[in-house]
Amino acid sequence: MVGKMLPGDSEHDREAALVLIRKQAEQGTLQQPGVRAMGAPFPKATPERGYYGIPLLEKPAWTWEIPLYFFVGGAAGSSAVISAAAEWLGGDLQLAREARWVALAGVSISSVLLISDLGRPERFAAMLRVFKPQSAMSMGAWILASFGTFTGAAVLLDLAREKGLDIFPLRLTGNAAKAISSLFALPFSNYTGVLIGATAIPVWNRNVKSLPIHFGMSGLQSAVSVLELLGHTDSKPLNVLGIGSAAWESFEGVLLEGRRERVLEPLKRGKSGWVTRAGGLLSGPLPLGLRIAAALSGKNKARQLRRFAALSGIAGSLFTRYGWVMAGAASVKQTTGDLDI
Amino acid sequence: MSITAFLTDSTLCIGCKACEVACKEWNDVPEDGLNWTGFSYDNTRKVGASTWRHVKFVENAPEPGFGGNAPELNTWSFSSDVCKHCENAGCLEACPTGAIVRTEFGGVFVQPDVCNGCAYCVVSCPFGVIAKNTDDGRAFKCTFCYDRQKVGLKPACATACPTESIMFGPIDDLRQKANDRLETLHDRGMIDAQMYDPSDTSVGGIHAIFIVRGDPRAYNLPPKPEVPTIYLKSGWKSSAIASAALLLGTLVAFMGGRNGR
Repeated sequence: MVGKMLPGDSEHDREAALVLIRKQAEQGTLQQPGVRAMGAPFPKATPERGYYGIPLLEKPAWTWEIPLYFFVGGAAGSSAVISAAAEWLGGDLQLAREARWVALAGVSISSVLLISDLGRPERFAAMLRVFKPQSAMSMGAWILASFGTFTGAAVLLDLAREKGLDIFPLRLTGNAAKAISSLFALPFSNYTGVLIGATAIPVWNRNVKSLPIHFGMSGLQSAVSVLELLGHTDSKPLNVLGIGSAAWESFEGVLLEGRRERVLEPLKRGKSGWVTRAGGLLSGPLPLGLRIAAALSGKNKARQLRRFAALSGIAGSLFTRYGWVMAGAASVKQTTGDLDI
Repeated sequence: MSITAFLTDSTLCIGCKACEVACKEWNDVPEDGLNWTGFSYDNTRKVGASTWRHVKFVENAPEPGFGGNAPELNTWSFSSDVCKHCENAGCLEACPTGAIVRTEFGGVFVQPDVCNGCAYCVVSCPFGVIAKNTDDGRAFKCTFCYDRQKVGLKPACATACPTESIMFGPIDDLRQKANDRLETLHDRGMIDAQMYDPSDTSVGGIHAIFIVRGDPRAYNLPPKPEVPTIYLKSGWKSSAIASAALLLGTLVAFMGGRNGR
């Protein structure tokens, strides 16, 4: 039918034939032999679908380093707080020492990850040329720099003490460094929730109220888990903290699963949904059950159970950060047409 | 030196893309791929790191009387998209290096010699404009032809536009012009023509006003763009709660654990 109208007919007929081909191509029902419409049916530019279904927002340009940074930073921050509490309240000096080292290793790795994600890594110091409270990234850079400096100082002063330089001024500055390091550790363990919450990405900014607590608890879970894998499977306070954070993560999962909003779909469907859900399971109910069982079991059994809980907690915490960052990209894909989401 | 703006009138645009070309030439913007999209005559899709002006092709149902087409042909609406240069700009607020600044003309400018490519601006723009050039590493967007404005010239796109669809001038004059133009269009029967100037949201007004036909959402112009800084208060409050929980939790756990160990 269309073929009849091709060459030889008037220009008007040829135009009409083209219009028909385009209409069919748009619907994906092209009859014309020899013509293949790639990607048909083509979307249209409409208020419902937006501009040809092209997302309004730009996909996050962060690379794999950023979710890993969220994980490592969260663990480092919580570890520093655990270290201070273990030393000054718990009297567990070995745990305090190792937790301080975990914090230092974590903050060092964090800096490397953050810098290598930059498009111009050699310009990382440009982050410290301004102090901008209205930018969560600027605040984060300052918190990271301060936390890193004071944690490094605390570890160095401790080393000096261990080498026999146990004099009062050193002890005083060492304790001051520890206290200040813990002070910066608190926001460092959870500010990444503010970082992604205060953006234009719908799935992130709709959860800005819960994200910092969610990430903070995830960070605590991973810090406890790392310390347990380093051999502190007998420390009761660590298990208590593990139970607390796993309980919160379970509660957070129930809350998220209970909300049925289109904007939350990236956390439940597709690849990002599976990663986030796996993260929730591995850092919530699974370690919670294992840890409660450990608290009720004999010493050897408890150690075994806590090692499993720790592995699960670390995997869960990692999955949670990757899941949320992936959900951001999936959320951007939703920003078509109904731009009010 | 006054506060300037663009007024992009899609009822005058003929879709020639001279603005895209002029922008690329003047600003030395790299090519952005030669791919067929199947979306009308638009193969560029959207503004990005290497597309600072982008002509959108919106096709509507045949409408005799407007557009000069044969009765059975679609009507066209073209609209040249650009960075909106917001009053409260998400990218500018988010930039941790101070690379993104407000110019004396009211525009938002990324200083390429300061930007370190952290890409936080990319997720902070409610219009999806600024993007990271993965080859170069830095973020790029329309400069509002800051260099040309400095010496009293019009931006390249507005200079090249053959139909004066892209107008440039002091923002108050352009708002007046837009209102006059809308009145004319409505008088002529083009009742679906409307102005896009979201000044009632947290973005607080833009320096690139548009006149479009029909629903702005078909042009990917969001009805309620919000600057992400409005989420900061809830975010830091939650962060403070999380910090307090961590502090109190560890205190309680280790005080209680003292004897248990």
